[in-house]
Amino acid sequence: MTKEFIVCDPNKCVGCELCELACAIEKAELLDITRTRIFSIRVEPSLMMSVTCRMCESPTCVASCPRDALSQDEETGVIHVDEDECVGCGWCVEACEFGVIIEDAGKATVEICDLCAGRKVPACVEYCPKDALTLSTPVQIGQQTRKEVLGELLAELIEA
Amino acid sequence: MDAYTGRVLHVDLGRRKSQVEVLEPAFLQKYLGGVGLATRLLIDNGEPGCDPLGEENAVAIAVGALAGTMVPCGGKHAMAAKSPLTGFIGDSLSGSYWSNALRRAGYDAMVIKGKAANPTYVFVDNEYTLFRDAEALWGQESFATEEAIRAEIGDSRVRVSCIGVAGEKLVPYACVSNDRGRQAGRTGMGAVWGSKNLKAIAVRGTQPVSVAELEELNKLSLDLGERAQGLATAKYRVTGTVGNVLTLNRLGLLPTRNFQNSVLESAEQVSGEYLQSHFKEKAVACSGCPIACEQVVRVREGSYEGARVSVDYETLYALGPCCGIDSLPGIIKAAELCDRYGLDTISTGVTIAWAMECYEKGILTESDTDGLELNFGNHEASVALIERIALREGIGDLLAQGTKRASEKVGQGSEKFAMQSKGLELPGYEPRGLKTYALGLAVGTRGACHNRSLAYEPDMKGQVDRLKAEKGRGQIAAESEDLAATLDSMMFCKFIRGCFEDYHEEATEFYRLATGLDLSAEGLKEAGERICNLKKHFNVREGWEKKDDWLPARILEEPLPDGSGQGTTLVAEELRLMIDDYYEARGWTEDGLIPAEQLAKLGLEDLS
Repeated sequence: MTKEFIVCDPNKCVGCELCELACAIEKAELLDITRTRIFSIRVEPSLMMSVTCRMCESPTCVASCPRDALSQDEETGVIHVDEDECVGCGWCVEACEFGVIIEDAGKATVEICDLCAGRKVPACVEYCPKDALTLSTPVQIGQQTRKEVLGELLAELIEA
Repeated sequence: MDAYTGRVLHVDLGRRKSQVEVLEPAFLQKYLGGVGLATRLLIDNGEPGCDPLGEENAVAIAVGALAGTMVPCGGKHAMAAKSPLTGFIGDSLSGSYWSNALRRAGYDAMVIKGKAANPTYVFVDNEYTLFRDAEALWGQESFATEEAIRAEIGDSRVRVSCIGVAGEKLVPYACVSNDRGRQAGRTGMGAVWGSKNLKAIAVRGTQPVSVAELEELNKLSLDLGERAQGLATAKYRVTGTVGNVLTLNRLGLLPTRNFQNSVLESAEQVSGEYLQSHFKEKAVACSGCPIACEQVVRVREGSYEGARVSVDYETLYALGPCCGIDSLPGIIKAAELCDRYGLDTISTGVTIAWAMECYEKGILTESDTDGLELNFGNHEASVALIERIALREGIGDLLAQGTKRASEKVGQGSEKFAMQSKGLELPGYEPRGLKTYALGLAVGTRGACHNRSLAYEPDMKGQVDRLKAEKGRGQIAAESEDLAATLDSMMFCKFIRGCFEDYHEEATEFYRLATGLDLSAEGLKEAGERICNLKKHFNVREGWEKKDDWLPARILEEPLPDGSGQGTTLVAEELRLMIDDYYEARGWTEDGLIPAEQLAKLGLEDLS
């Protein structure tokens, strides 16, 4: 499977939180930050990034659901929520290692990033003013990292 | 109502009560939000003639119509109170996430009155307003206060606005900090909070914000966000405002050694470019901002190793060149201390510069300065002074009063080089070489300020002869104040203004799509004029006289020392001419008062 997910480059992220609003607008058609499925976090004045579902292999959220309401799409890795089965118990929220599952208090179900199914580019990626968010596969992330490491090495060599 | 909530939260700290006032759409449209709304609420809720640090002073805080939405750079908040530094209107803005939280909690504004019996923080938890004990927070610096409150509430997304020790100690130029490193910096709002025993306002706002036309607004916002990556914001994005250092130095307009010079020989060492290459950690943004001008910098070695802070041009100018200091580590450390203690960096730096000149002239000696050698360029002394100012210890108690009062106390001609107007210390542009700007400083309602008047623009852009004082500048200055007032009330950050092709047209389009209220470009311009008159009205109410619109003697008596404009003077007659021209352009009397018919024209007849 291709397994793309939304990746944030912390060096580019400026912490503006526009991705959260973009998500809420797309998913809830409301400027309601409790409905975002991507989360901007700022740990230090200069350490910030956004995080959302990473489409894990063997996802703990799916395994934790007592009602088998969650399932993973084999093709895309997206976690589907069966709204008829989900009762919003929150086991998956606890199980998620990235803390990116939200409960919709109104519907008493959970919501997870689905890469804006039906949209060519996810809303947050489109909205990000600094191009810090990209849709990438693990293979692409590895390639990018290797390239950056080499670039840094080169810079060090030139400096030395 | 869309965008606006139509609700003001009134907080009485003495009685520990809160209540909600409902505002009509027409009222909101008249004052827009931000500075306009905050000023109106201050006029209505503060006691005329009150002691700025007394219980009767009110603090009004307002967000803009666009807070909580995705419109780029629309999420700041404005704070207004009678200033303990100037005795006139104190109004200060801060870029923030706090503003979004307040809107999402259901409010357009807050008004705080009275005085708490003990140190208190207010927790606005959506529809509930709680008064909490801040005894344990008293004495803590601003960052730590924010974190402690978030930990106590147990929610990392609670937004906090708070004061540091300087506010508690009633330093009249103490600021209010929010969101870890943003400040409502000028005119001493922090001291007003301190006088009320108000340590912080924490807000948890999680309710949806409605807008009239979501899809259209979203489209326009995306477009503006894209434009914000273009040339108009390049300076802010690439180096931040600190890029100004070399530009101003080249033009001979960089105030140096308390305005004794206008060129700093070693400016390269404190340039934005040098800061970038040696100290920058990251550029970060306020909420919803696609520009990200804030430069987080860190000292990596030496005696100030580990000092880390956001530095903008004004901070750098005041704590650097103005004090003759060309050591960036020393400037960064000083700025960090100001942020920790909660001091306005401009007033702090300019006050230290005044003390240094006093020391070099023998007006202050080592017996006055706790043994500190206050020579220009001595960053160790400036770092040492900041703590003393915040804690009001030793010489710090004198300097904590700002240049106006300190120089009145010390005398011996030091008033002539107290670089202030109405008590507010001058920002970092040399007024003798920028005469429209000089006029803006002199007539500014909150004192010497480059943000409430954008009159340096026509000077810098060459639209007028910047070295000439002439009739016509009054109109330019008035228009630039009106423009600033609309930005400060729409709460558009000034740094995005260059991204609009026609600001008034486009800003009102955003406003219309968000609020559903019809506001024309002309209407927006008129609101700007109304808000400027409103601020002036407040000042007149608090005892303003014509003589208060003036500049320091140094500017009027000494020719420009360096640079291309060397030898240029701005004599008293020239300033008088421009001020009279300004009053005329405003439709005010020769004495600078607002005639009743002018108030009526602007829909402010209830104030006459």
